[in-house]
Amino acid sequence: MSTKISNKELKVSSKTENLAAIREFVRDASAQAGLNSKNTDKIVLAVDEACSNIIKHAYAYSANGKLEIKVKSEKEKISITIVDHGSQFDPSLIPEPNLKQIQEERRGGGLGMFLMKKLMDEVKYTNLTKNKNQVVLVKYLT
Amino acid sequence: MSDFNVLTRNVGKVNVIDVKGYLDAHTAPELENEFNKLIRGSKYNVVVNFNDLTYISSAGLGVFMAYVETMRENNGDIKFSNMKDDVFNIFDLLGFPVLYEFFKEEGEAIKKFNDLK
Repeated sequence: MSTKISNKELKVSSKTENLAAIREFVRDASAQAGLNSKNTDKIVLAVDEACSNIIKHAYAYSANGKLEIKVKSEKEKISITIVDHGSQFDPSLIPEPNLKQIQEERRGGGLGMFLMKKLMDEVKYTNLTKNKNQVVLVKYLT
Repeated sequence: MSDFNVLTRNVGKVNVIDVKGYLDAHTAPELENEFNKLIRGSKYNVVVNFNDLTYISSAGLGVFMAYVETMRENNGDIKFSNMKDDVFNIFDLLGFPVLYEFFKEEGEAIKKFNDLK
């Protein structure tokens, strides 16, 4: 597999209807970087989960926020950096969900972070400034 | 853009929900509405047919988790059928096969409900 070194960027407003465009952007960038469809599918879903979490938690479903998504592909890995300007949150601190418990409590949340960790090799949340958060998702290609 | 469709059919006492397209945080509320309608109508035997579903994220998976207990408390259930491998893999990653029944064909899931009667 030959992976091309490249940088691509997308800026969209914080609406769930933009998730389709985000997925298309990540799919194209990943395919252009030379990733196989299995890895591309994993990355697309992980980015969807990260962006859905930001729209829900950092922006509380307000459509006035912005999401900046950068895809950087290198020889040995692909990194996706997502920056938002909403409230700080770090779902990586949430413990692994207990499926049975979520079900009994009749709630559907808490699964996205768990999926991201399963699909990617690294998931790292950083609070850059007061209202600027970043999450970096990394997949190694070897 | 909403590239998702949901439609419910009655097959005897079983309600089959056909899901089509992309089920994500944007489209999951449409599926929630469908479950709310079923509950209002006291219909608790549900088969979700995934034949035409292309994509699912955790927002979609969460809908089933939010409604299955209500169905089971009323002697019903949510069963899954006709799932493509890549969609099933997501359910599998999260451990759903322990808590839900998956069938290759819709008819097998319907039969399971009918055999209980």
